[in-house]
Amino acid sequence: MDATNVKQVDPTKVRPYGDTLDDGALQMSFTLPLPLTPESIEAAKQTALGLGLRDASVVHSEDLGGYSFFVVYGHTRKTIDLTQIHVPKVETKVYSREQINEQIRTRFGRKLVVVGACIGTDAHTVGIDAIMNMKGFDGHYGLERYEMIEAFNLGAQVPPEKLLQFAVDHKADAILISQVVTGRGFHKQNLTRMVELVEAAGIRQRTLLICGGPRIDHRLALELGFDAGFGRGAYAEHVAGFIVEKMSERSLV
Amino acid sequence: MRLGLDTGKIAHARELARAVTKPVLELIFAHTTDSVERATLRLMGLEGADADGVPYANVLVKHLRSRLDEGLAPLAAQAAQERGLSLNELAKAVSEEKIDLRAYCPADPAAACAQAERLIRRRLTRIDEMLQTRERYLTEFGINQPPWLYVIVATGNIHEDAVQAKMAVRQGATVIAVIRSTAQSLLDFVPEGITTEGFGGTYATQANFRYMRDALDDVGREVRRYVYLVNYASGLCMPEIAAMGALEGLDMMLNDSMYGILFRDINPLRTFVDQHLSRMISAYGEIIINTGEDNYLTTADAVEAAHTVLASDLLNERFAYEAGLPAHLMGLGHAFEVKPELPDSYLYELAQALLIREVFPAHPIKYMPPTKHMTGDIFRGYAMNTMFNFTGVLTGQGIQLLGMLTEAMHTPYLMDRALAIKNAKMIFNSARGLSDCLEIKPGSWLVQRADAVLDKAIAMLATIADIGLFKAIEQGMFADIKRAPDGGKGGDGVVKKAATYCNPLPAILGEKIHGRH
Repeated sequence: MDATNVKQVDPTKVRPYGDTLDDGALQMSFTLPLPLTPESIEAAKQTALGLGLRDASVVHSEDLGGYSFFVVYGHTRKTIDLTQIHVPKVETKVYSREQINEQIRTRFGRKLVVVGACIGTDAHTVGIDAIMNMKGFDGHYGLERYEMIEAFNLGAQVPPEKLLQFAVDHKADAILISQVVTGRGFHKQNLTRMVELVEAAGIRQRTLLICGGPRIDHRLALELGFDAGFGRGAYAEHVAGFIVEKMSERSLV
Repeated sequence: MRLGLDTGKIAHARELARAVTKPVLELIFAHTTDSVERATLRLMGLEGADADGVPYANVLVKHLRSRLDEGLAPLAAQAAQERGLSLNELAKAVSEEKIDLRAYCPADPAAACAQAERLIRRRLTRIDEMLQTRERYLTEFGINQPPWLYVIVATGNIHEDAVQAKMAVRQGATVIAVIRSTAQSLLDFVPEGITTEGFGGTYATQANFRYMRDALDDVGREVRRYVYLVNYASGLCMPEIAAMGALEGLDMMLNDSMYGILFRDINPLRTFVDQHLSRMISAYGEIIINTGEDNYLTTADAVEAAHTVLASDLLNERFAYEAGLPAHLMGLGHAFEVKPELPDSYLYELAQALLIREVFPAHPIKYMPPTKHMTGDIFRGYAMNTMFNFTGVLTGQGIQLLGMLTEAMHTPYLMDRALAIKNAKMIFNSARGLSDCLEIKPGSWLVQRADAVLDKAIAMLATIADIGLFKAIEQGMFADIKRAPDGGKGGDGVVKKAATYCNPLPAILGEKIHGRH
């Protein structure tokens, strides 16, 4: 195929691509709290039109026992200017485990202490275990396996006060907090509470605060007062690499 | 479709499980706990809470804490009778500090025990009535063909849970589980009343149980299908919640002999003592227990740790038999958690599902869907759930907890649940007869894999029999989690029974349990 004949993407006007560039095709599904009737199907269509879609089409509708389910396609006119987008990211070099141990040895000359937990009511330790436990996740060993890191995983449902006390007692260089259950925003309260406690204890300057979880991203973490946030796809070496770089940057030793 | 595993090996595995549990059972019989005493008081008719919301069961147990080793049932029963009070009135007076029982001794201990026994027998008639009601429904509507479609509701608000549950039933669900608020396992009391707020789930309370039972009976009559209600007899209040579940006609309860130790850091002995009484109550109330082996695979790898699931199933089975549960009430757990991108991942899943089915032929088997490797890619997730459902019907699993395509993102949306039910119905209808048409090639990969897992489970049980279960848990042999024998929450609520200890409950439960077998 001759590439010159292919229409090029305009980075200042980006739209979804279904089967033609710039067709703006979207698929969505949702439920309405209405029985399935011709009126509720029309209501579903108008929901899509109300979102600004052209040619909204209800391709599937189904009764869920008093409520109704719809699959809707449509085309958006909305364009996005990619040149105006700036996403905060965890900017850090990616090291291997061996490199991280070596960096810690040469830069700090001592083991770094990392304390982690799921705080508040969260009992889901999958995330913190993946980062901290010896075994790690998906072939990436956890911080416990790092020779130059002393890792303490306090597990599930740890009260923020207890985590803080433990961090103080063990002179933690970094505190990791995992929040998996994020229903109705209460994970934000837990995370904010932790920041407040660490600040009140006067150790914020010398302690890195890092959060993680499937619904956490770096931007949210920064907004809540953390140093970094790690979401899906992050492994122990990413977290450890960040700790090493950030501590150097802040001249913590 | 059978693997044709060596039955001698399976019998040997069961013998090892018996050897592992025997010394633990001796400890169980020698101890009581806060929650065992509270459950007993509740099964004598005690209910409700004081003005501060402290349940009366907790009021009495706290008040008589120093006398736990005698057994509180006779003390409370006799003290109430002598004063002409109900147990609730007695507890209210204790809460208001109008009565002090700390130095109270019944003049005739045998009479006090007999009074406790009368109260228990009276209260158990409520469970008998609930069972008759269930029997009537099952006779009228018939029993559903397995695998049963099991879905969860988890809004935090019991009213909203009921709306969603009813919808799910209309779509075809047979089993409804109300997911519990994440914090509840570590509460050393059971909250009171109807609740409308929770974290990632809804509080298990007796009032919520009753509310949901009524809702499911209503919709069950509408669709002419008996709907099974599930909650959690786990955490620090295991036997109490089992008692409430039996009193309110629950059909299944999550109840594992080691889950609390491993995943909630509850004291090991506390858990073992509590699970025993909770299972006796479940046996009386004909409640199917669901064990939690699926959780092992959320921390450990599903291929490498497959044998720990089988070993744990065998231990859960042994503990359950010892509490009087028959095989048909044991929903032993396992899960579909092999990473899909692993070569032959489906063969691993199939071998494991066949293995569990073959080792536990008379048990309903609780089959758990993929969770660990679910991502925000809901389309991939839906495909994984399809394979899971196919495996469930092909291998004849009893209770199929339907996977949600939005697992790992949020509690299920209405449409997530509807799509899950639609998927399962379609697959079950399309493939129910398939396994009768197929045979597994002897000596093939599937057989070799299952046999290897069985061997490893046997080796693991042999090691545990050798070092003891407490030591095995301390070394992290289950789920890679290490727990010290004297550590964990609720350890201070475990007391060695005195020679004078009296609690008529186990013997009364035993009459029915053993009468039935």
